Amino acid sequence: MSEATQARARTSQQKVAAGLKRRYRAELRFRSYGIAAVALGLLFVAFLFFSIISKGYTAFEQTFVRLEVSYAADKIDPDGKRAPADLEGANYEALVRQALRERFPEVTERGDLRKLYGLLSGSAETVVRARVLADPNRIGSRETLWLMADDHVDMLVKGHIDRNVPEDERSIDDRELGWIDRLTAEHRVEVRFNPKFLTGGDSREPEQAGVRGAVMGSLFTLLVTLFLSFPIGVAAAVYLEEFAKRNRLTDIIEVNINNLAAVPSIVFGLLGLAMFIQFFGLPRSAPLVGGLVLTLMTLPTIIITSRAALKAVPPSIREAAFGMGASPVQAVLHHVLPLAMPGMLTGAIIGMARALGESAPLLMIGMVAFIADVPKTLSDPATVLPVQVYLWASSPERAFVERTSGAIMVLLAFLLVMNAAAVFLRSRFERRW
Amino acid sequence: MHTSVIVVAILVLTALGYRLGRRRSVALVGGPRGTRNLHSLPSYYGFLTALWCALPALGVLGAWHLLDERVIVGAVLAELPPDMQHLPADQQGLLLNDVRNVVSGSLPAAEARPEVQSAAREWRRLQSLSNAAGASLALCLGLAGGALAWRRISPELRARNGVERVVEIALALCSMIAILTTIGIILSVLYEALNFFRVVPLTDFIFGTTWSPQMAMRADQVGSSGAFGAVPLFTGTLLISLIAMAIAVPIGLFSAICLAEYADRRLRAVIKPLLEVLAGIPTVVYGFFAALTVGPLLRSAGQFAGLEVASESALSAGFVMGIMIIPFVSSLADDMITAVPQSLRDGAYALGATRSETIRRVVLPAALPGIVGGVLLAVSRAIGETMIVVMAAGLAAKLTFNPLEAVTTVTVQIVTLLIGDNEFNSPKTLSAFALGLVLFVATLLLNIIALKIVRKYREQYE
Repeated sequence: MSEATQARARTSQQKVAAGLKRRYRAELRFRSYGIAAVALGLLFVAFLFFSIISKGYTAFEQTFVRLEVSYAADKIDPDGKRAPADLEGANYEALVRQALRERFPEVTERGDLRKLYGLLSGSAETVVRARVLADPNRIGSRETLWLMADDHVDMLVKGHIDRNVPEDERSIDDRELGWIDRLTAEHRVEVRFNPKFLTGGDSREPEQAGVRGAVMGSLFTLLVTLFLSFPIGVAAAVYLEEFAKRNRLTDIIEVNINNLAAVPSIVFGLLGLAMFIQFFGLPRSAPLVGGLVLTLMTLPTIIITSRAALKAVPPSIREAAFGMGASPVQAVLHHVLPLAMPGMLTGAIIGMARALGESAPLLMIGMVAFIADVPKTLSDPATVLPVQVYLWASSPERAFVERTSGAIMVLLAFLLVMNAAAVFLRSRFERRW
Repeated sequence: MHTSVIVVAILVLTALGYRLGRRRSVALVGGPRGTRNLHSLPSYYGFLTALWCALPALGVLGAWHLLDERVIVGAVLAELPPDMQHLPADQQGLLLNDVRNVVSGSLPAAEARPEVQSAAREWRRLQSLSNAAGASLALCLGLAGGALAWRRISPELRARNGVERVVEIALALCSMIAILTTIGIILSVLYEALNFFRVVPLTDFIFGTTWSPQMAMRADQVGSSGAFGAVPLFTGTLLISLIAMAIAVPIGLFSAICLAEYADRRLRAVIKPLLEVLAGIPTVVYGFFAALTVGPLLRSAGQFAGLEVASESALSAGFVMGIMIIPFVSSLADDMITAVPQSLRDGAYALGATRSETIRRVVLPAALPGIVGGVLLAVSRAIGETMIVVMAAGLAAKLTFNPLEAVTTVTVQIVTLLIGDNEFNSPKTLSAFALGLVLFVATLLLNIIALKIVRKYREQYE
């Protein structure tokens, strides 16, 4: 080796060595950017769940007030005949009010009394009525009942109303505060599990509102979606993957499916409004129409995943079937389809999970109306869980914030179960060929 | 009720057809031992008979129900007194609605006008007549079809081929639904949008800078015209998408790089699904999060820094939308990065490049077209995203690029215009469809371009 090359080698080595530190620093920096990005992403996940759950878990609890209610015979059933219509229509509100007045005999002025009555939820009287109707022999006796408090009281007890705020900016004034404190001191106020949140329909009163109506609406809508989109999607996938000859038409169908999968969901809502409601005259707000719209929306997803599942079945299976004399239809229906079924079901569940979380197209077809009744058929007006979240989120009452978060928790629980089912199916039945 | 009975009857007939067809095929070749002389398995003869039973009958029944109302309406109109026959179309529609309500019982007959009452009686009579005729026709066809198929059964009949043909046609029809959906979208949105452009010129819509779709009740009211300039909506949509991309692209890209190039397999198996949780959360949840957590947070942060942040700001909506899109960008980028052949990396390492240099100078340039395609797909999602902006971006159509102010987007306006019972043919409602058309076309173009880029890129290394 000549001197010159050696010198050059040394200098380029020196050059490399000189730059190495800088380059390693750059490496470290680049790497920390990556780690920071992942950490940020995970942080967002954690923050999202934390903020929802910390706001929402209290929706499953409600403040109750213990009161002695006397089932005064002269108020419920003055003529003593125990006629069901009389018992049904009696003024139970008066009994509840009476119980409140007994606790606070010093309150006599009308405005104050109205405030006092406002401590309890409007649903208190239905509890009393249910007690009497369940056993009319209670008439004339006294009973200690836990009655649901109004949402303002509930918010105060749960600590969402700041006592230090000046009185005129609070939704509860000092007098009410005094009453509540007295009840608390007497151990008459308790935060308990609130079954009504899971079993009740929607209500304008936050403390009475529940998610059952929305859950049933979601269930009906998803049933329609599942029963339409799964068979149609699988059939379309089978045709495109197994039978269709490659020609212009099938090319167009393929491009179409890929594009439909990326069309914004709200456009499907416009389609549903213009076609199903305006043109075909189907009822507004019905789970049937919601299901139809969601079917069109999830079909591309289901077709794409089903085709992937069919593709994963090796050709040797088909060839073996042909070798035994099966026709193409027999080979597909008897052999390929059963093997691809777990993959297709996984895709269907994931599609259903997406449909369950979808709300924008359903707003278009009128599933946003306030509906207090739990829907019973496919054409009853209904709403779905995500739309219920939207409705409650836009309600001004403070108490609806925790309801919204609670409804989100219910929704996320359903999604979790569905995705877990998909993961289970995949790990249990997926075969690697 | 009546129809469902007929359908059940046809289905019973179909089941019967299956049994009879199957039995006849077996009987023709002298019992179960002779079935090898049949062309197809016995059950195919059963299926063929059943199909002949069910398909024509159900088809006719369906067609009958689609068409009979029109015939009845025509007949009822012809029976009306002469002066009511030549009413303008909208009054005739009202009249028919009355009649329909009386027929369905939602309007008590006693409250209706005598002509309506008699028309309703006529309607009912024709309806029951038509029902009976349709039902008997369908049943007769079912019987006749089944009997015909049953008679044609012979050992040589290629029953399997017939049945399979029907199966294939049914499968093909199912795959046509995708096309029908697209046609349906285009027709419905385009039709209503064209109606809208008849009232408001296209140029006003696309280039106008004021958006206030409130139409007055009466023509002579002040400000009755309503303004349908969609530019503020477009800028609002772009602003929010831009913010979302500014969040999602760096974080998504870097986490994809980190997961694909640096993380070991076990860590990746844990972190990737956790990040993808973000993709599975319903958008309404993000909307709630943006409106109730991020919005107030930004507002107080702004107060701290001496900035005026609106409680519904483009920033909070865009930020949360960015979070939502992170997993979308990261999983697409991940795919693209892992698709780059290992040989390229090895070459770079052999030249003495560090890992980050390899990634920046070799892997990323190679994966760039795919990543760009993925980002375009993400942009189209951001443009079409609805719930987050509805809940967190506000309604004010302001022409601004200040992210701290409230802006509105195309999707928000569609939702607000169409929620509630509006008169369907007012420009206000129709403008929603025009916006929908813009949205559809924009996202479609983005998707086509993106898919093309991604596909081209994939082919490059396959």
